[in-house]
Amino acid sequence: MRPPRALWVPFDLGRPMGTPDEPDFQRRVLECGLSLLARKSGPVLADFLDDAPGSKPEDTSGWVCPVKLAPADSDRTVSGLRAQLEQEMTALQPWYDLQLEQKGRTTVGVAAANICDSAKLIADFIEDTSIDSPCAYRPLALMLKYSVEDLKAWYFEAAMAQPGGSGRELLDWFWKATTAGKALLQLASSMSACENKTIQALGTKSIVPRAYERFVPSTRNIP
Amino acid sequence: MVRLKDMGLLDAQHLREKEVPGFDTEPFVEGPRLAERRLAVITTAGLHRQCDKNFSLEDTGYRVLPGDIDLNDIVMSHTSVNYDRTGFQQDVNVVFPLDRLRELQALGEIGSLADYHYSLMGAGWLPHEIEPTCVELAGFLKEDGVNAVLLVPV
Repeated sequence: MRPPRALWVPFDLGRPMGTPDEPDFQRRVLECGLSLLARKSGPVLADFLDDAPGSKPEDTSGWVCPVKLAPADSDRTVSGLRAQLEQEMTALQPWYDLQLEQKGRTTVGVAAANICDSAKLIADFIEDTSIDSPCAYRPLALMLKYSVEDLKAWYFEAAMAQPGGSGRELLDWFWKATTAGKALLQLASSMSACENKTIQALGTKSIVPRAYERFVPSTRNIP
Repeated sequence: MVRLKDMGLLDAQHLREKEVPGFDTEPFVEGPRLAERRLAVITTAGLHRQCDKNFSLEDTGYRVLPGDIDLNDIVMSHTSVNYDRTGFQQDVNVVFPLDRLRELQALGEIGSLADYHYSLMGAGWLPHEIEPTCVELAGFLKEDGVNAVLLVPV
């Protein structure tokens, strides 16, 4: 894009200042970028070469999941998934509450719905793709998308009640180990097969990150 | 942005194949010292206040982030799922470093911060598609006396 002055940073997408809760490092990144304003000719593309604290694969944090999750080979029917999701969220609820108390903030809320209702909508759609939107002023496609984002945010915030946990650790945990991750993989599959073009497009591109798309079941394998 | 070699193969391939149009000009101006500048932030992270309208699936609009905003009030409704949000969920400053900027202003390193900062949803737009929004924002920034803009992508 060739802005007048640019600072390249080696941080993961989504973390332009490097690492959360590392104010000294964030300030250093900012000061380095803002110092480019003094350059008298350009365009300028400078490199910030230091890796973000805790970002290297060997920087294992010791983060552990705060609750016992359902085994990978547990009931895969829709009713089994719904029951496991409810159990998992009940187990995680105290950790979400603790994190909320400690941080004083939550990023859950784009669906403007109770988180249990968001989870229920996801399970309902997997069971029956012809359901109506639960919201009078938002189409079903948007309600599914916002419910997915809220569910992920809720899980990550609950997980963050335990210290440590890099972005990649938390993403792997969510998509590979939790029932919620399993539900969203199934949701993406169901949405991708939907006749509604908006729902189909969202299911294909905007529910599961590219890195985890290989875990999305083919439609015919959903029980 | 992360090194391509540190990304997953599919994500790296996606970025390599991105359409990146060129520009006919390379605007570049000098300005006063940082300690005399008035600075605004423009983020493309799809951030907004809880009370604001979410970004829709194809949204070239902007949301206003007031300079005195409570950072605990910020949510993210960006459509893309292909970047990490856990950093933002832990500390909003990792994408919108307003606390850090307020500290630098208190130290006298930055002259002042704008009355309003702005948020867009990046990733999906070619320059000509988002240009009308950017022209509108440029007008707001001039009215606010801003002479330095920190563009923060995700």
